[in-house]
Amino acid sequence: MKAAIQHPMESSVLAELARVVGAKEVLVDIEERALYGYDATIHRFVPDAVVRVGSLKEVCDVLQICRQAHLPVVPRGAATGLSGGVLPVRGGVMLDMGRLQRIREINREDLYAVVEAGVTVERFAKAVQETGLFFPPDPSSARASTMGGGVAENAGGPHAFKYGVFRDYVLGLTAVKMDGTVVRTGGKTVKNVSGYDLTRLLVGSEGTLAVVVDATVRLIPEPKAKRTLLTAYDRLDDAAASVSQIIARGMQPAALEFIDDASMRVVEDYLHLGLPLDAEALLLIEVDGSEAEVSRQADEITALCESLNARSVKVASSEAEAAGLWKARKSISSAVARIKPSKVSEDATVPRSQIPAMVRKLKEIAQHYGVDLVVFGHAGDGNLHPNIMCDETNQEEMGRVWQAVAEIFAVTLELGGTLTGEHGVGTMKAPFMQWEHGEEGLAVMRAIKNAWDPDHLLNPGKLFPEDAPPWPVSLEPWESRVKHRGTSWPT
Amino acid sequence: MADLNFPFVDPPRQDQFQSCIKCGLCLDSCPTFQETGRELESPRGRVQLIAAVARGVVPLQAPKVAQTLFSCLDCRACEVACPSGVPIGSLIERGRAQVVGWQAAHPDLHGERSVSTTTRWAVTYLLPNQRRLRRLGWVVARVQRLGLLSGPGRRLLPKAMRAMAQSLPPLSGKETSPPEHTSWSSPNPKKKVGVFLGCVMDVVFGDANQATIRVLDKNGLGPVVPQGQNCCGALAIHAGERETARKMARRNIDAFLAGDLDYIATNAGGCGAALMEYGEWLADDPQYREKAEIFSKKVKDVAQILETEGWQVPRSVMTEVVTYQASCHLSNVMKAGAAPVSILQSIPGVQYKPMADSARCCGSAGIYNLTHPKMAEALLRRKMDDVPDGVDTIVTGNPGCWLQLLHGVQAYHPGVQVRHLVQVLDDAYQRESSSP
Repeated sequence: MKAAIQHPMESSVLAELARVVGAKEVLVDIEERALYGYDATIHRFVPDAVVRVGSLKEVCDVLQICRQAHLPVVPRGAATGLSGGVLPVRGGVMLDMGRLQRIREINREDLYAVVEAGVTVERFAKAVQETGLFFPPDPSSARASTMGGGVAENAGGPHAFKYGVFRDYVLGLTAVKMDGTVVRTGGKTVKNVSGYDLTRLLVGSEGTLAVVVDATVRLIPEPKAKRTLLTAYDRLDDAAASVSQIIARGMQPAALEFIDDASMRVVEDYLHLGLPLDAEALLLIEVDGSEAEVSRQADEITALCESLNARSVKVASSEAEAAGLWKARKSISSAVARIKPSKVSEDATVPRSQIPAMVRKLKEIAQHYGVDLVVFGHAGDGNLHPNIMCDETNQEEMGRVWQAVAEIFAVTLELGGTLTGEHGVGTMKAPFMQWEHGEEGLAVMRAIKNAWDPDHLLNPGKLFPEDAPPWPVSLEPWESRVKHRGTSWPT
Repeated sequence: MADLNFPFVDPPRQDQFQSCIKCGLCLDSCPTFQETGRELESPRGRVQLIAAVARGVVPLQAPKVAQTLFSCLDCRACEVACPSGVPIGSLIERGRAQVVGWQAAHPDLHGERSVSTTTRWAVTYLLPNQRRLRRLGWVVARVQRLGLLSGPGRRLLPKAMRAMAQSLPPLSGKETSPPEHTSWSSPNPKKKVGVFLGCVMDVVFGDANQATIRVLDKNGLGPVVPQGQNCCGALAIHAGERETARKMARRNIDAFLAGDLDYIATNAGGCGAALMEYGEWLADDPQYREKAEIFSKKVKDVAQILETEGWQVPRSVMTEVVTYQASCHLSNVMKAGAAPVSILQSIPGVQYKPMADSARCCGSAGIYNLTHPKMAEALLRRKMDDVPDGVDTIVTGNPGCWLQLLHGVQAYHPGVQVRHLVQVLDDAYQRESSSP
């Protein structure tokens, strides 16, 4: 009862791939391929084949074969992305990195670790923690998402506020170009100014330049103590103002997260933690350092929030309670599906002082376009996550959703921000890249792309507006507002 | 109701699979994904495969659709991990029924059926009828006594069943079920509790049912054993036999709602979880829909009832090092949480050692260990690796796990006992009354 579906790839190419990785690691049945064409966005494609690679050599050989056959290749970690970064928009081969599962080294003397692309961020962070060290980037998807994905997307997370994002920890990479050659960038030292910084170029390049096979990352000592605070506000504006004030006064919590009422309700529905459901907004704050510092910071922040009309400030009394609150925060992005079945997640990021303005604008946008919008995110970074809840099968509603997203991008850029703080450009922000970078910026990016992957086979359809699926609604109404931003920077 | 691409009754519903936003937070909770790393063997993959069939991207009869829907352990760890609240278990059960329906409609088809003739016979003929099941128990008891299951005679059995047969505890072959009205030590118990006997529990582990009744009575919770009850139907629903499962559900609802009960007590996580989902099974039955909801609300595991109503701390002292293997359904569906462990820890002298990742499926999963012996064995081995050193007894709360763990200790931890929570508590009470 073989499904009578003609396979789109030549059998000789499939045979060559099977020779490299073994027949059982080449997936060609439609029922299996169909599961490698999505990520956490609402879009779906189907790759022609999935190849599950297990070593550097296999990656090199597979890329060579695909280049000869002129097949697009999309590197994939756990497909948890929110920007369409792993969507196989041109078909081709999905390169599943999941078998690269080794943590090769955790070096306590030199404070670095070497980890393969398929290891989940959480598994890696836990292994590091067991040695008394700390790998801070903590995207909410960490339970599933991989180190390779984190590098490719330059992922962040709540701890980015104090500790920075993936970029700030990657010291060196082993990556494979589309022609199958291996490029080793950076090294094991924190200082390294030897030539162009290819490591930083590859971090966040979304798999469009090379396939990252392993990463050498910097580790830091684990803070001795930490404490989690949950503050509740009757007015959203007071919560936003507290964020601005905490930053303006030079306080430096490890994380400073914003949760609006709708986000709180869905996560309470999931975890039953007893969150204050009648509040309009919450701030979830973590402070860390020495025991004395932690107490001092917690007291200062409590006093400040109370002076800004916080209704309550609660300090988690146990590790378990703190863990529960963080689990809640990290579940929001998924729990919002309890509101409506589909969502469009954004991570437009503005300078920190603009958080109150951004929150206000988002509410206006939701009202103007009549969309269900919830807001949560890394307020301390200026990195909010407006999520529009919708029903992807409702054409009329989706039209308004796509307009609202365009408006969010326009407003973000007007406030001096960026299209994406941590999710990446992928397919979902590619149509707007010119708004942020201008033709000049994009031209440089294209030149870089051509230098690494002249045939444009690696992860096509991402980053560049001319390459990506077109935006579902006309962007004309916004073009005049933002078009020339690239050349009109204040000098 | 059926739809275009799921042509049989009870299709996976769009509102059920549409709420999966593909975030991937379920992936690492899934034992089959942990073993294989393949999207096909993950909860997200299974839900999205069902969605792909519904959208017409993948045909229902594609071989791996059947394969992956039936390779799911139905342990429900993914439902706990899913912030969006996708009813993954129900989707897979409904998907299986579609596969079984398609295979039944194509009798000429080549290749293996997802549900073997033996399994089908067992879930549609044997389990719904307690008399037949007991008769089989009687036969097995005789065969065991002749040494046929442990000696060379076991070669007569299918390969996957041989090791299991060897670790099967000796059956009494006698009527183990108590009469409807057990005598209560307190004439006015604070609550009236209907005891659900189960099928495997009744035939293989009748002692645990007796212990359940004694423990309830000891704590002033008047146990009754409603007549006319039968198997919970879980194995039938897992095998895609929804109509059979519904028949069993209706019989249980009638049996238990006849009496004025405060609780319906189960001592088998798998059964309890099934009883709690009768509302979903009978959603399209106008006559039983509401009754099913009322019934399901009363269902609690005996440990949960003791937690809510309070239990007497035994006065006897037991010197036993125990660990606890949570049944997946008991923790993931019934949400028994820490109740069983609190009870264990309350027994004087009992030293409790936590088992890492205790709620991870042991590979039993109903009859999964018979249908998917390789995966079940891999999971059992991992489970056995997690048994803490120096343990005398593994305590569990489900007959499937019990059998699987018996099989496991025989191979990996000879000498370690496997017992049900209520047996340990009952034992402690018994010693209390026998010692001055």
